[in-house]
Amino acid sequence: MASGQNYVSVRDLTFSRGDRLIYDGLSVDFPKGKVTAIMGPSGTGKTTMLRLIGGQLQPDSGSIVVDGHEVTRLKRKELFQLRKDKMGMLFQTGALFTDLSVFDNVAFPLRVHTKLPESVIRDLVLMKLEAVGLRGARDLNPAELSGGMARRVALARSIAMDPELIMYDEPFTGLDPISMGMIVKLIRGLNKALGLTSLLVSHDVEESCGIADYLCLVSGGKVIGFGTPAELINEGSDEVRQFLKGEPDGPVPFHYHASDYRQDILSGGR
Amino acid sequence: MLNRLIQFGKQGTSAIESFGRATLLLWHSVMWGGPGSAGFRDLIKQLYSVGVRSLSIIAVAGFFVGMVLGLQGYTTLVDFGSESALGTLVSLTLLRELGPVVTALLFAGRAGSALTAEIGLMKATEQLSAMEMMGVDPLKRVITPRLWAGIMAMPILALIFSTVGIWGGAYVAVELLGIDDGAYWGNMQASVEFYEDVIKGVIKSVVFGIVVTWIAVYQGYDSIPTSEGIGKATTQTVVISSLAVLGLDFVLTAVMFGGV
Amino acid sequence: MRMRFVELSVGIFMVMGVIALVLMAFRVSGLSMDDAGETYTVKARFENLGGLTERAKVAMAGVTIGRVTKVYLDNEWYSAVVEMEINKSMSTLSTDTSAAILTAGLLGEKYIGLTVGAEEEYLEQGDWIEDTQSALVLEELIGRFLFNKAEEG
Repeated sequence: MASGQNYVSVRDLTFSRGDRLIYDGLSVDFPKGKVTAIMGPSGTGKTTMLRLIGGQLQPDSGSIVVDGHEVTRLKRKELFQLRKDKMGMLFQTGALFTDLSVFDNVAFPLRVHTKLPESVIRDLVLMKLEAVGLRGARDLNPAELSGGMARRVALARSIAMDPELIMYDEPFTGLDPISMGMIVKLIRGLNKALGLTSLLVSHDVEESCGIADYLCLVSGGKVIGFGTPAELINEGSDEVRQFLKGEPDGPVPFHYHASDYRQDILSGGR
Repeated sequence: MLNRLIQFGKQGTSAIESFGRATLLLWHSVMWGGPGSAGFRDLIKQLYSVGVRSLSIIAVAGFFVGMVLGLQGYTTLVDFGSESALGTLVSLTLLRELGPVVTALLFAGRAGSALTAEIGLMKATEQLSAMEMMGVDPLKRVITPRLWAGIMAMPILALIFSTVGIWGGAYVAVELLGIDDGAYWGNMQASVEFYEDVIKGVIKSVVFGIVVTWIAVYQGYDSIPTSEGIGKATTQTVVISSLAVLGLDFVLTAVMFGGV
Repeated sequence: MRMRFVELSVGIFMVMGVIALVLMAFRVSGLSMDDAGETYTVKARFENLGGLTERAKVAMAGVTIGRVTKVYLDNEWYSAVVEMEINKSMSTLSTDTSAAILTAGLLGEKYIGLTVGAEEEYLEQGDWIEDTQSALVLEELIGRFLFNKAEEG
């Protein structure tokens, strides 16, 4: 895969939180215009990856290049410029501004970043809301929305500035099947229609496999598998297959690391 | 022993560290953005939630404090036969000390804690992160208008507090205690100086406005984004800003009114 | 609709602040427009100030016509010098005007009382009031009284 086709390149990334090492020399490329799902067991810092790419966290060492820009070395102002021009992010909770209506939420980035007249902003906002099917909900407050609707509004807001890269943080968590189906359809549809590069963090194997062009499995601070869903299920390592098939025991043990069970019982609490 | 020393040192450095973060926050949000930099509407909104909504508590408290000053001052002054100086006593006490200080304390409890909770909640629900990812600086968008609103609202509230208090004192003095109306106001006017007393009181409350709002927004912005963390930050806001107000009041009094 | 309510109440809030400041200025601190008018400075030398301070009022026949602006000790004469600002509207003080340090009531504040003389010429900026009378110091009075008593007895 030629590097020109990669929108995001991560090299030798090391990151630790407190004493806990989260990434240990991780390297991965995310291809342009494709949906890549970052997967892995809980607590492996999948969301952290998105925050590092977005420049909200600084790695201990290593480089993160987004569309030719070295994120780790940008100044504050350049970073905000990069986010404004290229990035969109959908947060797990939606992160809608609670004091603004649905319409104003979607209009927010447009109003801050552009000097467009209000009539144009109105048209743009209605277009984005129509794309997520919530044009009729424009006057509601975020508190009146269901979880799935809030996430769709947030999605409309993150595509308001037409980003090139969009990052989804756990987009399927806590949704009913219908809402989940809508989100899946939207992610796929947006990717196709706008040619977005999409990064998706999830541990929902079924949905992710259905939607992603590539899977990137992270465990123990390293990438343990990268490829199309079919490749990984058929040819991945034991650990990869264990995760994708959801087997309770395997290379990742069922039991948390502990001393010998029999000895522990017999020692009688001493 | 050594452990305790290390612990102490750690606490010291983390305190200095957070003071540094707070200074940077103030620097980024106030020095690089005027009151209207996030849009005039935002400032108005914040003035409403910080100022207007604190008005009732300030006015009621001011009235009662003024009345108590009138009563207490009367019982002391009447022993010296100088109850005609009551107006002077009430007005100077309010303008120089109680107006700015009590307003700041009430403000910390009413508006400061609300600011901390609001910003903490915005952080916990990732609204601040979302703003950052949209390329919008939350310092300018969220912190700046709140800081300016606090700085602007505090002197107004303190002035209203003092005004209501002086009229509350007048009510007690003239209506209840039978002091001559002219004596109350006349003696007050003879001894209260506009620049020396009123303006210096306003300067005090501007300083308190900066300090209390600063502490409140910093505590919210730096809070641990959980319900427990926000609760703790809210308490911290009230405790730290109350202490800061009382301590600073001494310093400001010494500098402006002399005597030290 | 809601934003209008917010704007309106913030407007009222600001106006209340201005009203409070105006009340403080004119009702509480007795600042009046002509007070801030032009003034001229005269000086006077006193043996003893007896607690007269800066910002004390200068009155004639009980009406305030100025304020003490500066109080200092003259190194040559070892006496106190008081500088006071007199309102321009009172520009007809004769050169033999006398100044006395008086007390408002028995325990009240010290102020300067002026009494006009008979000269034709008027005091001007920087002039000295020659005829002065120091403050009555209670201890001295009592001392003198006791001394006299002792002499009599």
